Amino acid sequence: MVQQKESVTLGMWVFLAQEVMFFGGLFMAYLLYRVWYPAAWAEGSQELDVMLGGINTVVLIGSSLTMAFAVRCAQLGQNKATRNWLLLTLVLGLVFVVIKGFEYYHKFEMHHIPGADFVFHGPNADQIQIFLSLYFMMTGLHALHMLIGFGILAWIAGMAHKGRFSPEYYSHVEMAGLYWHFVDIVWIFLFPLLYLVDRVHHVG
Amino acid sequence: MSGHVSPKSMYFTIFGALMFFTALTVGVAFVDLGHLNFPVALAIAITKATLVILFFMHVIHSSRLTKLIVATGFFFLLILFGLTMTDYLTRGIQPNGQKGSMITQH
Repeated sequence: MVQQKESVTLGMWVFLAQEVMFFGGLFMAYLLYRVWYPAAWAEGSQELDVMLGGINTVVLIGSSLTMAFAVRCAQLGQNKATRNWLLLTLVLGLVFVVIKGFEYYHKFEMHHIPGADFVFHGPNADQIQIFLSLYFMMTGLHALHMLIGFGILAWIAGMAHKGRFSPEYYSHVEMAGLYWHFVDIVWIFLFPLLYLVDRVHHVG
Repeated sequence: MSGHVSPKSMYFTIFGALMFFTALTVGVAFVDLGHLNFPVALAIAITKATLVILFFMHVIHSSRLTKLIVATGFFFLLILFGLTMTDYLTRGIQPNGQKGSMITQH
């Protein structure tokens, strides 16, 4: 039993290490273009809403807390409480994605979606298009992970509802927790890197 | 071992710390620190991520092998950043030590 638990945890972390590299390519592209085009990064970042990004940061870290409690209740064999914490985590995740959806829609209205329809005035327009491309790629890949997370949360909550977990058997909840916390960590980096590039100077 | 049950108060403490650092990173973004704004924002983010990994993800109670895998993921990320940047950031430098035309523009 101890060895099984150990290998489940280890396997999950190998997957997450791979996820670090998966997101890492985008962070690499972000870093290089930020060094090349600092002015465009500063100006592009001003287009994002710090208030909405900040609220989403609080919501997502809050969902990590409820997820941690779900795992804790599963460890203690409290299936009902586990289910409730998982559902609360799911609701907070939905709040995050809905707010993100409003942000995307606003960008759509402003014609700030990179591509043929992209409109931006000023000398840095081309480079800002690169910034916004990375913004959509990074937050989009993150949002995709959240959507997958919703499926996992709903499935695990269903298991808890049927009373499947016990102090000896709760790996599902713990692994779902690791996945959810990882998604939280990605956002912890995305928020300052995208929303808070250069808020001191009011450029553009 | 993964069977370790942490007290509720620990989770609330970590959550409080994460909220504090979130407020700090927003606040400090509006203060002019010159070139230090980016490193400070990164340092805060790394601190927050470390708290999540150690306490929410229970790595602090995990086996040494698990800790090694966790560290490996980030180690290879640093290799990716380090080697790529040493390439791109030195491309305009000529053998005589002078900075040549930067080939970074378009």
